[in-house]
Amino acid sequence: MKEIVIISGKGGTGKTSITAAFAMLGGTSIVVADCDVDAADMHLLLKPDWAFSEDFYSGVIAVIDQEKCIRCGNCQSICRFNAIPKINDEYVVNELNCEGCGYCARICPADAIEMVEQNVGKFYISNTKAENKLVHARLKSGADNSGKLVAKVKKEAKLIAEKEQKEYIVVDGSPGIGCPVVSSLSGADYVVLVTEPSVSGLHDLKRVYQLVNKFGISAGCIINKADINQNVTDQIMKFLSDNDIDHLGNLPYDEDFTKAMTEGKTIVETQESHLKNLITEMWNKIKEINK
Amino acid sequence: MKIAIASGKGGTGKTTLATNLASYLAQEHQVVLADLDVEEPNSGLFINGKLVLHENKDKMIPEWERKNCTLCGLCNQVCNFHAIIKLGEQIMVFPQLCHSCYACSELCPQNVLPMIPQKMGELKHFQTSNFNFVESRLDIGQEQAVPLIAQTLDYLKNNFSEETIFLLDSPPGTSCPVIEVTKNADFVILITEPTPFGFHDLILAVETMQELNRDFAVVINRHGIGNSEVLDYCEHNGIDVLAKLPNDRRIATLYSRGELVYKKVPEFASELKKIADYVLDLLQEDK
Repeated sequence: MKEIVIISGKGGTGKTSITAAFAMLGGTSIVVADCDVDAADMHLLLKPDWAFSEDFYSGVIAVIDQEKCIRCGNCQSICRFNAIPKINDEYVVNELNCEGCGYCARICPADAIEMVEQNVGKFYISNTKAENKLVHARLKSGADNSGKLVAKVKKEAKLIAEKEQKEYIVVDGSPGIGCPVVSSLSGADYVVLVTEPSVSGLHDLKRVYQLVNKFGISAGCIINKADINQNVTDQIMKFLSDNDIDHLGNLPYDEDFTKAMTEGKTIVETQESHLKNLITEMWNKIKEINK
Repeated sequence: MKIAIASGKGGTGKTTLATNLASYLAQEHQVVLADLDVEEPNSGLFINGKLVLHENKDKMIPEWERKNCTLCGLCNQVCNFHAIIKLGEQIMVFPQLCHSCYACSELCPQNVLPMIPQKMGELKHFQTSNFNFVESRLDIGQEQAVPLIAQTLDYLKNNFSEETIFLLDSPPGTSCPVIEVTKNADFVILITEPTPFGFHDLILAVETMQELNRDFAVVINRHGIGNSEVLDYCEHNGIDVLAKLPNDRRIATLYSRGELVYKKVPEFASELKKIADYVLDLLQEDK
């Protein structure tokens, strides 16, 4: 079983549309994991049945019992996150600022502070129209700990893949280079980088590739909207060959992707689109590399 | 006045709007553009300016001094982030996991865990012909964007007057990095595209702004593709739609080259003016 993670550095390069197409092509041989937990969109194309759901708890925040509090202010003075303002003579916790370190609870002389576990979202296991399983999640608005929810989604996907003897786990990652991305890369066998030929696309590709390289994972790249700027596409091609990154193929700037999305379909479900052939070739290449 | 430009979904045009709006407003007003998408900062690619300051940004991490350590293990116990672990005769620190809360350091009975600065990223301040531009970038391998964002906001506060129009280019998503930017903003512009992904992620972003009690409005980018769900939703929920930036291949091409759009595409400029006028109205009200 091989774990293939699709990331992009920059957002909006077509990562989810392409991953959903792979999910259709992979069919029963794969498990899909949507690890872009704070903007999870895969379900809009794969039409899951939300068969199983569970609350996800992670991290803690401080709660002050005003009855027990002796107003000494020690908690406020040690808090590095300005999370304990004094309002109307009471020390209260600003939930947005609280990092959950628990330092205040530990030093409170009146034992008035409790660290309470946070429900930060939900995770789901669904059957999709591609006849495979999708593990996905939804982070609560403004919640912390997206990295841990990503780890949970990946772990569940892996358990299913092992139990049902699937060949691949296809993971849709999140943009950026921070904790959710690091979390989605851990344990990956192969990374697919989806980029676009813009100065931003290339810049972000280089940064995210440095991160991939730190993990020592081999990678391939898809250049989406390749005809928007031939000059930058050439620069990307050079970057790929200089760094031994597999070039998996190029896709043209094509509003058929948006049309398909608007119909709730992946691009490979649309009638005789040339995009369908290009994406099928890419999927076959990925399978060939990860036999 | 601080205006954050945010979006749930990535790639909907935050940077395009932030850079063009900064340049446009700067013709007559004092503007600072700050790129707070510290994981993947892009605004700088669209801006030619003179570098006036370049400094490293640090976070504070405990460093173990073996000599007087009694291996009591209290540090391991107090750390809620598993960033400091007692392993046999060793105390190991994992800087990426550390939130710099100082608990281990200050509670250590032997004082053998002093907090020392460790580089997490860099801040650069540029001056263009008519506005200031500040960007921070996180070092590769650093996982936490929030401390760097917070320090960059401090830099803005300490170096510019409050009357300045601050445009904050935010990270995508709805989790901690976006919260760190938007909770400090006076107003948030949510930019989205009229597609099912754009719509779905806009709802998440709207819920987040409501949770934070922020005033916000929506800008639609690539107007003309997709469907009318976003517009219907905004109308139904009484959310202002400030402008509809057109879907135009010329814009995509200009963006791909790192060029500002409004100087070359009049249909974009006229919509941008609507957003600028709205921002200036907010500024008036604020005074």
